[in-house]
Amino acid sequence: MSGLVRCILSFSLIIFLVNTTFASERKFNLGQIATKEEVAGWDIDVRPDGLGAPIGSGTALLGEEIYTEGCAGCHGDFGEGADRWPPLVGGEGSLASHDPEKTTGSYWPYASTIYDYIYRAMPYGDAQSLSYDETYEIVAYLLYMSDIIEEDFVLSNKNIGEIEMPNKDGFLLPDPRPDIKNTQGDPCMSNCQVSTKIIGKARDIDVTPEDDN
Amino acid sequence: MKKNKKNEVSNSKKINRRKLLIGASSIGAISLASKNLLSQEANPENLPPNLPEWTQYLGDGVDVNPYGMPSEFEGHVIRRNVEWLTASAESSVNFTPLQDLEGFVTPNGLCFERHHGGVAVINPQDFRLMINGLVDREMIFTLDDLKRFPQTNKFYFLECAANGGMEWKGSQLNGCQYTFGMVHNVQYTGVKLSDLLLETGLKDKAKWVLAEGSDSSGMTRSIPIEKILDDCIIAWAMNGEALRPEQGYPARLVVPGWEGNMWVKWIRRLEFGDKPYLTREETSKYTDLLTSGKARMFTWVMDAKSVITSPSPEKPILSKGVHQLRGLAWSGRGKIKRVDVSIDGGKNWKTAQLHSPILSKSLTRFTLPFEWNDEELLLQSRAIDETNYVQPTIGELQKIRGVNSIYHNNSIATWLVSKNGKVDNVRLG
Repeated sequence: MSGLVRCILSFSLIIFLVNTTFASERKFNLGQIATKEEVAGWDIDVRPDGLGAPIGSGTALLGEEIYTEGCAGCHGDFGEGADRWPPLVGGEGSLASHDPEKTTGSYWPYASTIYDYIYRAMPYGDAQSLSYDETYEIVAYLLYMSDIIEEDFVLSNKNIGEIEMPNKDGFLLPDPRPDIKNTQGDPCMSNCQVSTKIIGKARDIDVTPEDDN
Repeated sequence: MKKNKKNEVSNSKKINRRKLLIGASSIGAISLASKNLLSQEANPENLPPNLPEWTQYLGDGVDVNPYGMPSEFEGHVIRRNVEWLTASAESSVNFTPLQDLEGFVTPNGLCFERHHGGVAVINPQDFRLMINGLVDREMIFTLDDLKRFPQTNKFYFLECAANGGMEWKGSQLNGCQYTFGMVHNVQYTGVKLSDLLLETGLKDKAKWVLAEGSDSSGMTRSIPIEKILDDCIIAWAMNGEALRPEQGYPARLVVPGWEGNMWVKWIRRLEFGDKPYLTREETSKYTDLLTSGKARMFTWVMDAKSVITSPSPEKPILSKGVHQLRGLAWSGRGKIKRVDVSIDGGKNWKTAQLHSPILSKSLTRFTLPFEWNDEELLLQSRAIDETNYVQPTIGELQKIRGVNSIYHNNSIATWLVSKNGKVDNVRLG
């Protein structure tokens, strides 16, 4: 190997080492580096393990008043729902029944998700208007109404990742689909044994907007 | 004198024409049935050997409609909703009128809408996309920045996971639009995330992305990084023009083949993390409850599906003789390989013609000619995708998933054509 080739090879090796050792290079030089303040303003999500939960706390005792004022109009005084707005409490033991009722108490697997959703999207039409403490208070009140915590339990960023929700083990992973093992690309084409008896007509249910044809 | 008289006649004709048009435009609000009957009526004065007024007189000049709209006679081709489904129009859905569309592209103004906090109105100058978390550099991009990256142009279908969700227990809504219309298919222009992320770099621990919208629902979904780097796009255009406001203007996430809820509109942030975020939309919603009371989670792919768009409940058969059965098929796992059609409720099948282009994760048009002579028919279509997955019957789905899973109903529908040509959504069993 000539000295020149050896020199180029070792030079390349150095570049390779530099590239893999340090952070990647910007390829297009587009966009701006985000400041910590910019990220902090928009990074509002809270993960099940509590990552991202802002410093704050609240109890159900404190949450009752703000819930009654700001939430009960749609969700009912006791989280039972109103009109077509969803109930937030109840439905325990209903998930395997004909009429499952999926509420924060019966279905939601993580308390963090309740916090995350209320803070980012509630009250409906006035998103991100609650303080951190107010949000903890409302979540605590909902958890209290579902008998998950006591009314004086202080819910906070330190323990929201540790609340055990009743349906935490209610979800199945991974996705088993395709779960229909039928004919794998070679379905019956003629004289197939199927029932062609009509057992229901949408027309008879009569919930379609406008007139039927 | 003679000419003046003729003008008088034409003026009265014009008034009549205007009256007719007013009538036509209000038809959409009346019933589908009367609309179909009226569409058959012709004015004998406009038929051979007579001279229609549009042949004799000047029409509108240019710029009457600086942004062109469909013919006023197409006023019935609109998105429709089912009011009783939801508590508020700002957190609701409407449906694409598939029965009135041709080809495989959905016109922008007819793409179904699904909002959780209404339509955000965003001046593109105020748009920012933040990328934070487990990246080498936390960054912010303007819309102009995004448009300077290498560009991609791809057709993809977007289907809501709840499309057909009202039909699990039985045939409930009597329309192609209401039972299959939560799907649309447009060409997206944007930047591939695999290109955009070259700018931020990724930490080795980054396994999940939280995509977050800037609307008042703050829509959030977790997406595994393999999918993000495979084919996801930040798109700013659909079918050659800027995204419509209701589709996420000025930019949205495109997640090809996966459920529409993940295609976060009005996107403002992508956060990279080592675990999923388990947001409201992927726990309390968009999870598929089974009879056991347990629910499947992270069921992202939209399985192969097809629908006969005509004949359909909105498109009765109006005359004997030859007709072209038309339909659409799609699969979140790739290309459509074949579509079979039955006119006897699934006993016998014929393979339909697929119309190019046949693209991966895109709607594909199929047609099949058939003769109708006042007999009863039970129409079905069955899609097979390139993985050899065969679109199932509702019975096959119910056996495994029960009737309470709401999402991912990709079963074969049955349209009953009665002897009078009317078409009904029916359930066989």
